[in-house]
Amino acid sequence: MSTFLTERENQIFRTGKDVHTINCSRPSLAGSVSQRACVFCGSRVVLYPIADALHLIHGPIGCAAYTWDIRGALSSGPEIHRLSFSTDLREKDVVFGGEKKLYHSLSELIDRYKPKAAFVYSTCIVGVIGDDLEAVCKKVSKEKGMPVIPVQAPGFNGSKKDGYKIACESLATLIGTGDLEVPKYSINILGDFNLAGELWMLLEYYKRMGIHVNATITGDGRVDAIRSAHKASLNVVQCSGSMMYLAKIMKEKYGVPFMKVSYFGLEDMSDALYEVAKFFKSDELMAKAREIVREEFTRMMPILKEYKEKLEGKKAAIYVGGSFKAISLIKALRLIGVKTVLVGSQTGTADEYEIIRELCDDDTIIVDDSNPIELSTFVKEKQADIFIGGVKERPIAYKIGIGFCDHNHERKEALAGYEGMLNFAKEIYATAMSPVWQFTK
Amino acid sequence: MDSTKKINGAKSPSFGGVGEASFVSTRNACKLCAPLGASVVFKGIKGCIPMIHGSQGCATYIRRYMISHYKEPVDIASSNFSEESTIFGGNKNFIAGIDNIIKQYNPEVIGIASACLSETIGEDIPRLIREYRSVNSDKPLPVFVHASTPSYQGTHIDGFHEAVAAAVSSIAQVSETEKHINIFPGFVSPEDIRNLKEILADFGLDYVLFPDYSDSLDNPHWKDYQLIPEGGTPVADIRRTGSAKASIEFGYVLNQGGLHGRVKSNKTVFTAAEWLEKNCNVPRNSVGMPIGIKETDKFFDVLEKLAGISTPEKYKRQRGRLIDAYVDGHKYLFGKRAIVYGEEDLVIGLVSFLEEIGIETVLVASGGESGMLKDEIDRITQGKRKDMLVVSDMDFESINDIVDDLKPDLMIGNSKGYYITRRLGIPLVRVSFPIHDRFGAQRLRHLCYEGTQELFDRITNVLIEYKQEHSPVGYKYI
Repeated sequence: MSTFLTERENQIFRTGKDVHTINCSRPSLAGSVSQRACVFCGSRVVLYPIADALHLIHGPIGCAAYTWDIRGALSSGPEIHRLSFSTDLREKDVVFGGEKKLYHSLSELIDRYKPKAAFVYSTCIVGVIGDDLEAVCKKVSKEKGMPVIPVQAPGFNGSKKDGYKIACESLATLIGTGDLEVPKYSINILGDFNLAGELWMLLEYYKRMGIHVNATITGDGRVDAIRSAHKASLNVVQCSGSMMYLAKIMKEKYGVPFMKVSYFGLEDMSDALYEVAKFFKSDELMAKAREIVREEFTRMMPILKEYKEKLEGKKAAIYVGGSFKAISLIKALRLIGVKTVLVGSQTGTADEYEIIRELCDDDTIIVDDSNPIELSTFVKEKQADIFIGGVKERPIAYKIGIGFCDHNHERKEALAGYEGMLNFAKEIYATAMSPVWQFTK
Repeated sequence: MDSTKKINGAKSPSFGGVGEASFVSTRNACKLCAPLGASVVFKGIKGCIPMIHGSQGCATYIRRYMISHYKEPVDIASSNFSEESTIFGGNKNFIAGIDNIIKQYNPEVIGIASACLSETIGEDIPRLIREYRSVNSDKPLPVFVHASTPSYQGTHIDGFHEAVAAAVSSIAQVSETEKHINIFPGFVSPEDIRNLKEILADFGLDYVLFPDYSDSLDNPHWKDYQLIPEGGTPVADIRRTGSAKASIEFGYVLNQGGLHGRVKSNKTVFTAAEWLEKNCNVPRNSVGMPIGIKETDKFFDVLEKLAGISTPEKYKRQRGRLIDAYVDGHKYLFGKRAIVYGEEDLVIGLVSFLEEIGIETVLVASGGESGMLKDEIDRITQGKRKDMLVVSDMDFESINDIVDDLKPDLMIGNSKGYYITRRLGIPLVRVSFPIHDRFGAQRLRHLCYEGTQELFDRITNVLIEYKQEHSPVGYKYI
């Protein structure tokens, strides 16, 4: 016998029925099997793709072990980010303090791997045992002549989203310290993590338009480019949950304006190009953007039409990290004839849930910070055919016999951009149409 | 080979100062943390929901690691510490956590593993459990099992054995000796457990196998979603471990040994079978991981003794077929150089097996830190392999630093060493946990005659495949 937790009532919403606002951005309940991770995780995943930086985790081994090579974030050059470094604190360090170990670890790793900067993450117990992370970072920074940035993200200190904010603050200490000159139409791309090389596809579109991409934060990220990120004319922000905070800091500090975009689905991808052209008030850029969109639509539409014919009437459940991505996914699914019946996220915002509410048909379930019990119940109630989520949601879908598409940061298929829309359609089709489901009904 | 020259970069205390670049930090750990091991054990108790008393991330990361390996739903609750609980203590979160687990899952058992944070701030979990019980004494409550598993003490294997011992020591009841036996196989695959159960049944033994996650972490397809997957050792069975006529425990190292950096007295560390021997007079039979002929024979000797019958014909034939395969395959294997890494008891079992088939183990590496590995390897190889490099508390980058000099033909271990074999262009035979880059990890067998057979076939085949792929001729007959 299962019961939903009554304290979570306001985090669940049925369109057309409920009138309350969705209560989000609150800590997970104790004893709930939340799909969220912790503050440390939030900062770790955001900074992880900076490929020429050293990422050292100060704490016992678990936090480093579980985040080794955690994302499918690709680098076109150095790959220091794919190594997992830890001070691996033992009981004696916990008792007598870990500062010395941290100092030696940092020094030896910088000597060996020659990074352009180092991020040093605190974990739950660092503050408790009284280690002065900041002082050690300062000392090593001075000795080695490079930025050594403390990332104060003990796991208990809020939710994963607070970790995003801490990552942004760490990035903000780097930005403004470089002096690379940038050409006229320059943008930074914020919040794309180059999963399966997605960023490279975006760069190609912007390049064709004649736009210079200055810093990519943090996909295929480089320390030097980030240091000069303030030189760009515009911040184009995806994954707003993680990066909006940095965009706001940069606006305030350097006057760099920002815009929110999404690269998932044809409409949103095209808007991402148009909006940038609009910002620069250039007919030439706009003409180029139109050309790209026309070309891609001509190529895509017949293929997508075929998928739509076959997928029409299928129902999808979405549960992802941030609610902004969910919005794009609802639209992208609609394009291939799939209706969304359940949509939720780990760390959504009220505004975005509101957009979702308007976008969805009546009697769609919207849920914040859900858990396996709720998700499995809702999926069954709404008779979804496909679940779109991450690794932790996959067995829920498979055990109850419905299809699944991995749209989390561990994915190995590019799902952003035009090509990504095709991959997405292909994956949805493959999972919905597989003959294996005949045995699970 | 002069081993001392070849170990640049080995970070282990056993080699500290010998190599030129001895690292203080851990680079690509060859171990996981203790609460993971405890969580696996709790999944092997019938009707159990694990809860990690600490931050949310611990539970989520461990879930993600287990889900990717077992391809099963793995629900682990968290007491979800906040800043307030870190300063004022986690009792509020503990109580709310237990309340909410009972409300949602109504489990028979709640397995509580501590984390670094709760241990560091000095949470007294036994007291929290006592208080919870007394406040709620009017209600039917689940059984509570508590394992002390801070990540800064040992590895996932220490957490595993700690949880096995914790469950047994808190649930087992002394009573008159009965006919059944206990078996504690350690951290093996669901398929290994199924295989062991078949063997025990064929010997006509009544047994308690703990932990039994052969179903709970490898369930068939479900018609309806199961909140707590079926399977697991029932509490009633754990209770009767105290009245068994004997225990069998796999592993020579287990959670013993002086843990590097451990302040806590080693005297407080015991295994389940040790505890039963001391407190319930259940004799303990200790054998290694039964991999290969010799170690499996030892296990079967114990079974013969306990069952009072000779090994059933079925297993004599399995053993015979395995020897036949050893003979048929020996030329593909002799003199090949292997690197073996993973949990200490696993690598001891693997080395014993490789010694039987002519593969030379050039490096035995473990993230474990019992300090017993070198002696155990010496014992199992009868001191004949003085040149074999045996390194405790080792990480993957330390292996990577010395691997070129070692010129291995293959590596045997979990998925995480793949990047090294990829660089070298040599095969990796995946065993144990985690296996995140191949299918069917839960169905891999490692143990006894048939498990060894499977492992032998896999090893032989990757070497044949390597030869075939690298041959200019492209033989179809090799």
